[in-house]
Amino acid sequence: MNYIWLLPLVPAAGAAINGLVGIRWFQRRVAAALACASMTAAFALAVFAAFDVGRVPDGREASLGFWIPPIPLATARGIQPFTVQWSLLIDPLASVMILIVTGIGLLIHIYATAYMNHEPRGGYARFFCYMNLFCAFMLLLVLGANFPVMFIGWEGVGLCSYLLIGFWYEKTTAASAGLKAFLVNRIGDWGFLLGMLAVFFTFATMDFRALAAQAGTWPIETSHFGTLSVICLLLFVGATGKSAQIPLFVWLPDAMAGPTPVSALIHAATMVTAGVYMVARNAVLFSHAPLVLTIVAIVGALTALMAATIALAQNDIKRVLAYSTVSQLGYMFLAAGVGAFSAAMFHLMTHAFFKALLFLAAGVVIHSLAGEQDMRRMGGLKRYLPVTFVTMMIGALALAGIPPLSGFFSKDEILLRAFETNRLLWLLGSLTAVLTAFYMFRLIALTFYGAYRGPAHSAEWRGPQEPAGAMTVPLMALAIGAIVAGFIGIPAALGGRNAFERFLAPSFAQTRALATHQAASPHLDASPAQAGALMLFAALLAILGIAAAWRFYVDRPGVTARLASRWPGLDALLRNKYYVDEFYGAIVVRSTLASARGLWRFDRRVIDGAVNAWGWSTRILAWLSYMFDKVAVDGLVNAVGRGAGEGSAAVRRGQTGLVQNYALLIVLGVCVFLTAYLIAR
Amino acid sequence: MQLFPITPYHYLLLGAALFALGVIGVMVRRNIIILFMSIELMLNAVNLNLVAFSRLHGHVVGQVFALFIVAVAAAEAAVGLGILLAFYRNKETLNIDEMNLLKG
Repeated sequence: MNYIWLLPLVPAAGAAINGLVGIRWFQRRVAAALACASMTAAFALAVFAAFDVGRVPDGREASLGFWIPPIPLATARGIQPFTVQWSLLIDPLASVMILIVTGIGLLIHIYATAYMNHEPRGGYARFFCYMNLFCAFMLLLVLGANFPVMFIGWEGVGLCSYLLIGFWYEKTTAASAGLKAFLVNRIGDWGFLLGMLAVFFTFATMDFRALAAQAGTWPIETSHFGTLSVICLLLFVGATGKSAQIPLFVWLPDAMAGPTPVSALIHAATMVTAGVYMVARNAVLFSHAPLVLTIVAIVGALTALMAATIALAQNDIKRVLAYSTVSQLGYMFLAAGVGAFSAAMFHLMTHAFFKALLFLAAGVVIHSLAGEQDMRRMGGLKRYLPVTFVTMMIGALALAGIPPLSGFFSKDEILLRAFETNRLLWLLGSLTAVLTAFYMFRLIALTFYGAYRGPAHSAEWRGPQEPAGAMTVPLMALAIGAIVAGFIGIPAALGGRNAFERFLAPSFAQTRALATHQAASPHLDASPAQAGALMLFAALLAILGIAAAWRFYVDRPGVTARLASRWPGLDALLRNKYYVDEFYGAIVVRSTLASARGLWRFDRRVIDGAVNAWGWSTRILAWLSYMFDKVAVDGLVNAVGRGAGEGSAAVRRGQTGLVQNYALLIVLGVCVFLTAYLIAR
Repeated sequence: MQLFPITPYHYLLLGAALFALGVIGVMVRRNIIILFMSIELMLNAVNLNLVAFSRLHGHVVGQVFALFIVAVAAAEAAVGLGILLAFYRNKETLNIDEMNLLKG
């Protein structure tokens, strides 16, 4: 079954071609067609694979051989071979994710072909290269059969997120938002990596299935914080980074500096759900650590509530959606935390539809107003953008949880399971549900209702206009998804079969057995009547939120200003997002910068000082050596030379240079020799 | 008619006289061309001696030697005159007292 390898490879090939060749040479149409074609192929493969999983619910594993051949390493169980295989695992859980990634990814790619059209040609191809690369890494993350392969995808999507947030890197805000996302994610990745290593140390394997099989035999750590709890907590730290939960959620709102299709694909539908997916993938591990699950649930619920309150006071349309995403991810963790992993995955799936839809619709709004993102300068767009209005309305209703749209079913499932586990968590979730409906309809009201407050029409610009089909068709497709996606998980209380949960059941089989095994823990199963009442209550909450928003922003637009002036502190608190960024800036960033500056000073003073001292001592030594050369060695040579010169001065006088003198001397010499010869004879 | 027989010794005497003339010329004259001519005189005095000894000893080698010397002297004269000409172009004088480039 090696064809599942093609799933990440097809988008990767698209990215490689667009990146290596396309940026320089491809026309827009070619780059866009290539990216969309690779996504279409991946989607087809994903559908095929999902059908295959339907037939073989235990899933299939495919291995392409060793990445790291066995190395003996010390673990808690003695020396064990450390080995990593390039293996992918496709089971019901993974198949849901690949369908989301490739299906919604394809729609967003199509949308982006029109949305990015005013980019220069090279940037256009670069954008699609990054998008395809993101999908490739996301598929690798989802399909990885062990922690290291998943981690490659995990880091790869982080990289693509960074590249795409900072896509308009000439803008300082975009570049620094990318950096912030990357750095905050690194903190989470630190936990994830430690968790991974702890898994290997404890179990001597990093393969998800082998891990689940082994962990399944361990006792459940109900009362003490043991090894499994530590591992799960570390893994959850990784999840909070990637899925923007307290305390690491600060990067996601800033990530809206990227192009809107990126926000829809990466920061709403897929990458940010990777944390939820990872927790679900290790459901057996987590269900052995109920204390950590409680932490997960509390963090999720608090994040959901906090982000929803912040979203109330934001004026940037994309930021409202970003905080909404944080809030909805909180719901998913709440679900995972109460042990309802399949409910978390259900909400992940429905959320992917309606949040991608909302982002894409917001993109249309922003486009039609020539880049305006402030909702205070929108208004009355219903007349101009009818298709966008209808689809965005569907998305907002789905998000608010109005039956029978998809969000209702998934959110209700989560609230029901929270109700069964802990009433306080359910209360937080319900409160969030009201706020969610409120801020979504505040957004709708400010954007589509009231008077038009956008830029004035002129001769060149004839007001906001519905865009081309490439942008509206994905909106309509996602709207249909947002309507019908819930029907695959109609709960038993409404006479449904919850097909989604049954489809996922093989992936969570061991967890289920665990839950029944855990009979001792207080588990308040709601009766069908209770469940029905809760459902009605949830729907009423959503309607209440919508009605309140309607009253505040459509009927009496002045009320909010009066409320804000009555509680200026609360208004400022929400408007400034609880000052979390400022708090981190003061505590983390400043201390980091201070310590960096301290280290810099240490470098300057001590290390540079030592280097400079060494340099100076060398210079002094060199000067001494130079002086010795100059005085002693040169002096000796010069003395020899001068002695020779002065000694020869006397002799030099004989050298007159006059030939006749020499000749005279020769003759005299001959005469002397002749005389001596004659006398001696 | 012969006043007295001319023996090789007379030739040797003539050679010695010519050589002495050459030496004196080299030492006392200032004009470099005269000097050059005096050197030629000494050379040919030696030639005369060689021929005289050849006759005295009845051996032809001396005469051969003399002929070689004449040929070499011709070459040497050409080289010498060339040097003189170059020197004159440089210094515009033929006075030997002004040729003291080798002075130490």
